[in-house]
Amino acid sequence: MLRLEAMREIYPLLAERVVVTNMGAAPAELFSLGHRPGFFYVEHSMGLASSVALGIALARPELEVVTLDGDGSVLMNLGTFTTLARHRPPNLLHVVFDNEVLLSVGRSFSTATATGSDLAAIAAAAGVPRTGTYRTTANLAAACREALAARELAVLVAKVEPVGPASYLIDLHLLENRFQFERHLRSLPRAEAGGALAAGHAENQEPTGGRP
Amino acid sequence: MPVSAASSQLVYEGLKDCGIRLLSVLPETWLVHLVSLAEADPDMTLVRLAKEEEGVGVSVGAHLAGVRSAMLMQNHGLLASVNGIVSLAQLYRVPLLMLVSYRGGFGEEHPWQTEGGGATEDLLRALRIPYLLLARADEVAARLRQALTLAEASLRPVALLLCRDLMWEE
Repeated sequence: MLRLEAMREIYPLLAERVVVTNMGAAPAELFSLGHRPGFFYVEHSMGLASSVALGIALARPELEVVTLDGDGSVLMNLGTFTTLARHRPPNLLHVVFDNEVLLSVGRSFSTATATGSDLAAIAAAAGVPRTGTYRTTANLAAACREALAARELAVLVAKVEPVGPASYLIDLHLLENRFQFERHLRSLPRAEAGGALAAGHAENQEPTGGRP
Repeated sequence: MPVSAASSQLVYEGLKDCGIRLLSVLPETWLVHLVSLAEADPDMTLVRLAKEEEGVGVSVGAHLAGVRSAMLMQNHGLLASVNGIVSLAQLYRVPLLMLVSYRGGFGEEHPWQTEGGGATEDLLRALRIPYLLLARADEVAARLRQALTLAEASLRPVALLLCRDLMWEE
């Protein structure tokens, strides 16, 4: 499947939600389908789109957050699956477009998903309750709808062709995007105050892997 | 354990007085009491990280969503977070309050902490991150307020280095 076609298929789900993308092709293609004030494009800091989405999901449990990521970005921050799993925000859907290459530098550098690393299986093994790998836009869209309806943290991997847009630049400066997005989130009604912000506090295991 | 419970309490109260509601943490020895205080506080969301750089993303998300947050980490965690700080917090002009335990300075007994200790302040200067050393209990509350005020006014990261004299009782 083409990432652009997959995005077009799930665009109605995205348009009414908070969306955080990774860098490169995803922002350009999503922007080409129609920008919304609830879309935030995390250009350049590879791996952190899902961390930004987690921060939003925990801070504002009443919002539904979708993060659109890529295999190269996720591989730079694989620990994110374990962090998502231990906090398990029910309002977060993580979609990973896996084209098996670092596309923005050309197609010559394949990622480890080209040689057998299975991101959905890694997410499942990290403890993410709902995972899957999809090869058609219809199956991906159905899985997205089911995950959102179930209100359960999900990591859904979409296998896509290594093709991208002609340009990665969009006609929206990243600071313009950032301030517009913040203003939009602050304008959305908040859940009742009181108590810890979200499921994050319920997670109460012993710390592991600190720096002594 | 000679980590100062009294100073940890002061730092935690200072964070609460600043309106911090989300703390992203990767613990180290000096920070154990602070983590326990956050854990026991039903009004604090404690985000346990696998690596400190994730915390930059979490705090950026929380800020954009309208919730005040802080990061709690060792100086080696600061070293591990550099691209997130530069290419997310600074690039997108997001205030980021970083409380960093300053290991590897005078009095450090662990050889593995010493290289990072030597690089910490030069790194902060290279990144143009305003920072202060927090070594005295009577300065904690005011410095935390000042750090947060500067971070929010400048829309940039600000660091407070938690020093041995504050955090360790010898």
